[in-house]
Amino acid sequence: MNFLSGLFTPQGVASAAFVLVMAITILGALIAVAARNIFHNVLGLALSLMGVAGLFLYLNSPFVALMEILIYVGAICIAICFAIMLSEPLYLPKPPRNRLKMLGAVAGAGLTFVFLCLLIRKTQWTPAVERSTDWSITTLGHYLLTNYALIFEVISLLLLVAMLGSIVIARGGRGSS
Amino acid sequence: MEQLTQFSATELARMIAGLIGVIALVSVNALFLIWMERKVAAHMQLRPGPMEVGPHGAIQTIADAVKLLGKELITPEEVDRPIYLLAPIVVFLPVLLCFLVVPFSQSLIIRDMNVGIVLILAFSTLTVLAILMGGWASNNKYAVFGAFRSVAQNIAYEIPLLLTVMSIILMVGSFRLTDIVAAQSRYWYIFVQPLAFILYIICATAETNRTPFDLPEAESELVAGFHTEYSGMRFALFFLAEYTNMFIVSAVGAVLFLGGWRGPILPGIFWFLIKVYALIFLIMWFRWTFPRVRFDQLITFAWKILIPLAFANLLITALVLKL
Repeated sequence: MNFLSGLFTPQGVASAAFVLVMAITILGALIAVAARNIFHNVLGLALSLMGVAGLFLYLNSPFVALMEILIYVGAICIAICFAIMLSEPLYLPKPPRNRLKMLGAVAGAGLTFVFLCLLIRKTQWTPAVERSTDWSITTLGHYLLTNYALIFEVISLLLLVAMLGSIVIARGGRGSS
Repeated sequence: MEQLTQFSATELARMIAGLIGVIALVSVNALFLIWMERKVAAHMQLRPGPMEVGPHGAIQTIADAVKLLGKELITPEEVDRPIYLLAPIVVFLPVLLCFLVVPFSQSLIIRDMNVGIVLILAFSTLTVLAILMGGWASNNKYAVFGAFRSVAQNIAYEIPLLLTVMSIILMVGSFRLTDIVAAQSRYWYIFVQPLAFILYIICATAETNRTPFDLPEAESELVAGFHTEYSGMRFALFFLAEYTNMFIVSAVGAVLFLGGWRGPILPGIFWFLIKVYALIFLIMWFRWTFPRVRFDQLITFAWKILIPLAFANLLITALVLKL
């Protein structure tokens, strides 16, 4: 009874929303890693990213949440589907999972997790309200082109490298045929 | 504390009322649009169209809907069952969500968010994912071809669509749909951004998979494209989503270029609906005027003509605004 009445306070609703969003994210991530059908993997990734978008919404930044959906779910996941069109047909028998690769993946993911945990514990977090109360889209735009201009540029450099790589691969294919 | 519960109670009531209103609108709109499409098609081909059920066949689609409701839901043997069952739901959810920010009139809007237009653009990308799910899970070559075409087409046409919308956003300086309408108090943006309007209508036609860009469901080559294996209400959900998508792109077009609910004498909602259905009529007119394009023409048109034009339009808009 106490638990139920607690659920209907704003705090309770917020905690329930957080648990729901985390569950969606983790479920999606598990499908993305564990499923043997590559199409299911992509859909799991999309679900996981929707969960992350929900997390941004929970943190009261709807713009970032919608960008997450627009870019990651709407563009990246669908670009991965393009890659699936080029991959091996699904009806062929799948090779068994490589133990060594799995171990490597687990170790890599574990190390990243530990590193992130240490980083999060070490950082002095200041609540967003103390830093600024103005988080409008205009402010975000100003930040992107001033304080965080370097990150912005590095991301565009990454995209440029990816584009050059794909052009090189595509041209090589055309020349040899 | 007291205020907070009060607030959430009114918010909740508003949400429920909005949801009921939207579901009613979606169903009535689809029924009306299907009848309208058949009538428009018929009159353009010099025949009367449906005439038997109701005056001028007005309730023909209700009879069709009842028939669809009663039909068996066939699930083919070799489908990818969970995804096959999910696809019609996933195609319909984002369409419903988009109504959250559509301003029907000055006050008739479920939630006036400051990221309104981004919300519509973000959720309309999910439709492609749903089409891909349906096509892939059906395990049918025609369905897969339809789905793949849809993906390629939607990626290509989304870029000019976003760029055109951006040129309007630059002029307004806000993503809020009511601000965009308010900014057009003196003149409609169709008069200052005619190229953007043309680009928007072309891209919207392509995004909703309508002729001349209906390659994902080209009847003459792909049976019915991605929904070949769906029957009964599951098929109807795809159909409903398509017609509701038409309503949403036309509503966004009316807000961006035709001044939304603004107009003399009549109340705002009437003007809004008149503008929306006029745009829908335009899209239907395309269908019965232009033949379906070939796939390479479709992709070339997007990448070599629409995207450069949209970029040029955006640059010129930015220049003019700064001068």
